[in-house]
Amino acid sequence: MAKTTHQELKEVTIRFAGDSGDGMQLTGTQFTNTAAFIGNDLSTLPDYPAEIRAPQGTTNGVSGFQIHFGSVEINTPGDSCDVLVAMNAAALKVNLTWLLKGGTIIANIEGFNDKNLKLAKYESNPLKDGTLSEYQLFEVDITKLTTIALQEMNLSSKLVDRSKNFFALGMMYWMYNLPLETTLKWIDEKFAKKPEIRDANIRVLKAGWNYSETTEIFKVRYQVAPAKLTPGNYRNITGNQAAAWGLMTAAKKANLELFLGSYPITPASEILHELSMHKNFGVKTFQAEDEIAGITSAIGASFAGALGTTTTSGPGLALKTEALGLAVMVELPLVVVDVQRGGPSTGLPTKTEQADLLQVMYGRNGEAPIPIIAAATPADCFNAVFESARIAIKYMTPVICLTDGYLGNGSEPWLIPDMDNLPDISTRFRTDPAGFYPYERDKETLARPWAIPGTPGLEHRIGGLEKHNLTGNIDYSPKNHDLMVHLRAEKIAHIAEDIPLAEIEGDQKGDVLVVGWGSTYGAIRTAVQRHRLKGHSVSHLHLRYINPMQKNVGELLSQFKTVLVPELNLGQLIKILRSNYLVPALGLNKIMGLPFQAEEIETKIDELLQGNKS
Amino acid sequence: MSALIQSIPLQSTPHETSLFTSKDLQSDQEVRWCPGCGDYSILAQAQRIMPDLGIPRHKIVFVSGIGCSSRFPYYMNTYGFHSIHGRATSIASGVKLAQPDLSVWVVTGDGDGMSIGGNHLIHLLRRNIDLKVLLFNNQIYGLTKGQYSPTSEKGKITKSTPFGSLDYPFNPLTLALGASATFVARSLDRDQKHLQSILKRAADHVGTSFIEIYQNCSVFNDGSFSQFTDKEVKDDNVVVLEHGKPLLFGKEKNKGIRLNGLSPEVVSLIDGKFSVNDVVVHDEKDTALSYILANMTYQSHLPRPIGVFLSIERPTYEAEMLRQIELSIKKQGKGDIQALLHSGETWTIK
Repeated sequence: MAKTTHQELKEVTIRFAGDSGDGMQLTGTQFTNTAAFIGNDLSTLPDYPAEIRAPQGTTNGVSGFQIHFGSVEINTPGDSCDVLVAMNAAALKVNLTWLLKGGTIIANIEGFNDKNLKLAKYESNPLKDGTLSEYQLFEVDITKLTTIALQEMNLSSKLVDRSKNFFALGMMYWMYNLPLETTLKWIDEKFAKKPEIRDANIRVLKAGWNYSETTEIFKVRYQVAPAKLTPGNYRNITGNQAAAWGLMTAAKKANLELFLGSYPITPASEILHELSMHKNFGVKTFQAEDEIAGITSAIGASFAGALGTTTTSGPGLALKTEALGLAVMVELPLVVVDVQRGGPSTGLPTKTEQADLLQVMYGRNGEAPIPIIAAATPADCFNAVFESARIAIKYMTPVICLTDGYLGNGSEPWLIPDMDNLPDISTRFRTDPAGFYPYERDKETLARPWAIPGTPGLEHRIGGLEKHNLTGNIDYSPKNHDLMVHLRAEKIAHIAEDIPLAEIEGDQKGDVLVVGWGSTYGAIRTAVQRHRLKGHSVSHLHLRYINPMQKNVGELLSQFKTVLVPELNLGQLIKILRSNYLVPALGLNKIMGLPFQAEEIETKIDELLQGNKS
Repeated sequence: MSALIQSIPLQSTPHETSLFTSKDLQSDQEVRWCPGCGDYSILAQAQRIMPDLGIPRHKIVFVSGIGCSSRFPYYMNTYGFHSIHGRATSIASGVKLAQPDLSVWVVTGDGDGMSIGGNHLIHLLRRNIDLKVLLFNNQIYGLTKGQYSPTSEKGKITKSTPFGSLDYPFNPLTLALGASATFVARSLDRDQKHLQSILKRAADHVGTSFIEIYQNCSVFNDGSFSQFTDKEVKDDNVVVLEHGKPLLFGKEKNKGIRLNGLSPEVVSLIDGKFSVNDVVVHDEKDTALSYILANMTYQSHLPRPIGVFLSIERPTYEAEMLRQIELSIKKQGKGDIQALLHSGETWTIK
């Protein structure tokens, strides 16, 4: 038998795929934590079905988890994978399209028995019929090997079956020369009260590792060196967790109580779950009866002096629309996190999309401007939410923070910030009754005073009817309405003075400027970097502030021959850019429920560069 | 609660309370309901009882939705929020959860509270958040100029139902009881003393108080409650519920409500066949009885009960929420964000 050779790699992408009951998300997360622990940069993406347990063995029930890790800067979960772990035939069928030609397949033989082949609608066994001749196929009887490893323990067959993902994980740890410690520690803690399951999982994890070591089934063993990351303490974090912690941190830094009114919705529910755990921080979470009660309870809480927040996805945001208008009218702070998903209507609940942009920008009756901030990466959800809260409080306005399913569920290493270095965003409630007018504006910010119930002498009424410029009393007079509409618009537009200027990555002028917003950041950055390595005149402008836009955006756009705007929609940011700056921008649009691959953007830039030459 | 909120004195002092009279509650806004509208009386009674509650004016909040009744907060010189259609209950819930020591009142109507806002109302009632809900029931849409409402009688001819409405009406009280309300009452705009006493009872109740107030719309539905308010007939058509007292009515109190099995029936106490001992004695703590009494609504052969149908104790949502917060602080210690950010798997890059 040939001796195993060792090979150093800069980056690798692995996709774990199996039935939704096979624990693929857990396997992927464990692999992620271990790679992060040894210091790799990484990015992950879960790909799971909307159904909790779709029929076992069918393609509808396939759950996948992709991790891209390396010793170099990693910006995306990877366009395609180098390794596919397929626990059954359906998983192979659904995921083979992501595997690079020549890539590695690790197939669980038991998952390709007649029953599974039939469920996956394979006419013949792809492991045997030559379908996979272009790949390196490793057939491993994971189910059987797991059963043997647990023979002495007398466990139920169900428990045995549930452990087999740890066998696959053990094999992958061996293949990439990763330590078992992180996962062993996790198993120890997680199953401390269920020693039987703890011991079984440990045994199977080690069995997978040992199997790879002793059988020398894999000819090559790989090593990915740690990445050069900024020194400091890191953790792995998903976008939804980052958003939840961002809200908590903002409330703390604002010296306000945090109130979340929310209704469960995929893919935003994890924010509600996370915040619900932290009662000892004084966080008040209120699972409302519907989306409308979620936002209106938050508005009520803000009226009473808390930082009112609500979390949702596109369909929920649609329901909150009228209340958003109310928040604009009564000028109270409110943070709305919209974790976008595929639409319209119920659409693709577990898939990602950027098609809520125009909804949040324009989707209200009347002139109702709302600041919009979009997160770029999973960890950036923390900053985006924090900044949203800062603006909401300072300018007495609702703010919408856009993330999406890809960010919410995706994860990356995060350099943990120091609380002391975060800005103080606290405010003062109005307490002085002398000369108090509910709608008198701060000269600098145009914000009205925040006068909360419980304050003697400041009793006043607010509401959704148009109000008098100063007193807040109902006032329908033409001139006053005109003034109020302009004041509300000016207040929001004026925020542009209070945000940093936009910065271009790459040359400040040239052939192609790729402009993006939100979660396409990583794919665009990677594509632009690849072109720049080839010496092409390509730059990247990422827009974090959608409304108002940074003051210099128009100027930056004007310095390039071609402006390309990749979006996971039919062209929404591009409409705003064209209308704001009259630029002849071009769109690159993908609307498949999937993130961009860097290569897709890279190819489009190629086309544009060719076009510029001719 | 944040330090900033705590810095504002929330506790009432006798000094402050004594400073505030019914007149202080009148805001500088001109009241703009139609002449003869029942809302005037409800506003007056609310302003009359508020100074007696021992709550300083700055701790009182009125929240309303949309509709004629929802203009109410503009006329009360307390904190007020005139919100959007149907959502007063959920906005008020947020106010109360953020500052549980405020006295929070919801003013809503049959359309606002039971049609567009029906969902929020039932969920509020089951949660038992300590809000005082005044549902002005005029059995019509007034502000939109006269369409039938969810409490309009079936067959009602209105602008939107020229051939008569097809919907069977809600009974607000059975709806509230069905949603597990802990305080359910009914009163009338015209009966000032009774309305005042019910408002006070509602204020004293710890938990959601639900009051249906029959309110005459003098423009679009005039006289819909006259049988219960007109001097000549009201004694025969209304039975006043009083805890521990028999259900007697009629000018001479010579008629009573007797339970025949579970069905209420009117008995005369004159002919010697029945005595007061046969008459139901009201018990506000008896949930089953409250259903029977609430179901007397819309039954033309029975008098209409007013008063407190049910008043029972159940922990409020906000008390339990605060208890959970206290408990988890006790168990885990007060949360430290920096420690949270470093919790779980972390690693150091040098």
